[in-house]
Amino acid sequence: MNLFAQAVQWILDPLNYVGVNAIPLRVFEHLAFTLVTLVIASAIAIPIGFFIGHTGRGRGLAVSVAGAFRAIPTLGLLTLVALWIGIGLGAPFVALTILAIPPILAGAYTGFEAIDRRTVDAARAVGMSEGQIVRGVEVPLGLPLLIGGIRSAALQVVATATLAAYIADIGLGRYLFTGLKTRDHAEMLGGSILVILLALALEGIFATIQRFVVPRGVISSRSKVVRVRSSRARPMVNSAVEKGTQ
Amino acid sequence: MIEFRSVTKRFTQDAVAVNDFSLVLPSRKITVLVGSSGSGKTTLLRMINRMVDPTSGSIEIDGVDVATLEPVKLRRSIGYVMQNSGLLPHRKVVDNVATVPLLRGVPRKQARLDALELLDTVGLSRTLADRYPSQLSGGQQQRVGVARGLAVNPNILLMDEPFGAVDPIVRAELQQELLRLQQELDKTVVFVTHDIDEAFLLGDQVVILRTGGLVAQIGSPTEILANPVDEFVSSFVGADRGKRSLHLENHGGDDLVVDSEGRLAGVLSTGTKAGTRSGPGAAAQGGVRQ
Repeated sequence: MNLFAQAVQWILDPLNYVGVNAIPLRVFEHLAFTLVTLVIASAIAIPIGFFIGHTGRGRGLAVSVAGAFRAIPTLGLLTLVALWIGIGLGAPFVALTILAIPPILAGAYTGFEAIDRRTVDAARAVGMSEGQIVRGVEVPLGLPLLIGGIRSAALQVVATATLAAYIADIGLGRYLFTGLKTRDHAEMLGGSILVILLALALEGIFATIQRFVVPRGVISSRSKVVRVRSSRARPMVNSAVEKGTQ
Repeated sequence: MIEFRSVTKRFTQDAVAVNDFSLVLPSRKITVLVGSSGSGKTTLLRMINRMVDPTSGSIEIDGVDVATLEPVKLRRSIGYVMQNSGLLPHRKVVDNVATVPLLRGVPRKQARLDALELLDTVGLSRTLADRYPSQLSGGQQQRVGVARGLAVNPNILLMDEPFGAVDPIVRAELQQELLRLQQELDKTVVFVTHDIDEAFLLGDQVVILRTGGLVAQIGSPTEILANPVDEFVSSFVGADRGKRSLHLENHGGDDLVVDSEGRLAGVLSTGTKAGTRSGPGAAAQGGVRQ
């Protein structure tokens, strides 16, 4: 019997559906851990991203910090934080939140930046306040890219959350680490398959949400090439956003 | 009445958009600011609703310095129409028109009713109300833009090359529509364009600007056509190329109006009116009265 069949058999084994190591429980832990991480990372990254996107200020800093964050090896960071705050859930939370912030941040500000500056300018010119521009124009129009950022973060976190089991007794990573220790390759592969399935499921859900949040009026204009030509001097060139991109 | 008092705007130390500009824009008239790119005309327009603040000098609306007014509140009291319509792509036509009234606290139902009425005013079918801007033609989008500008019933309407991006036929239609609206509504209109024919057609007062926000000439279309102050103005209005000096030629019994370069400007019609609007504007368009 090959390893893959053994892994499938391991997944289907009724014995793996009872006790503290039950598959549904581990899946739930894994998912809950992923979602909580995403929520915390979003709470940090979205307001900063919106601020950068709206004002154009701090973009350069955000790009380099986010780039640096992406380059941090997660396992190394996890070990470092664990040594600092000890064994438990805290270390993987910190490590994975740091992993999730860059894509969400980028999604938040690129979503704003992708909006036609003239639309925002017109909204301001008819008398929308800055808050109303953010809520009524920039957030709805930038939402698809933001969801895209969260989607990419979700994928990374759900896959990397297996590392949480390295420090704490949580999630599907448990199967990988025990399987590694006991040389139970079926358990390891079974656990991996579950992680992959979970990742695919999340990906599907976010892809659906992303399509769903594209405003209706924008969908119908997608394929149309809008003629853009202005012969007038562009005072908007001096807007903060333009400066930020230079 | 809008008054510019020695207004200067520098974007950077070297880039002077507007230089010591003074002008009185009379109430209930159309004032057209015309000039080529970089003449500061849009900057001037945007200083009225504080989208741009002057470096020095002041702008007064009915004697009140706009610098003392809160920008958001000021903008909500002034209609603004821009070249690409500037509609919010994710909101339906009716919601776009009702945007500012809703911000000012008009109940949703009332705002919607008013918006539908405004669609009538600008000559759009109410069946378009629930469409999205991207589903309309360029001309229709501009009409929605005008309706939105009128939604708060402002005394002042700022129009920034509103007909610049539509084809010539629709443009002519929209120009006539604006003149009709103006007769009905009597707003103080500030209109920016780079098209001198459009300026002469629409303007009660025309301000010709040269690069760097310097005034070349201010006057009625008649005054400017009759007495261009310098070469720049006569070149700008096309007088130096003979575009404005017309004469008659008889071809097979019809009197044709021809400019000095021999280009056909129109046909002389006797006894009937040459256009929907006579006067200097019509003359600029090539119609001649007898």
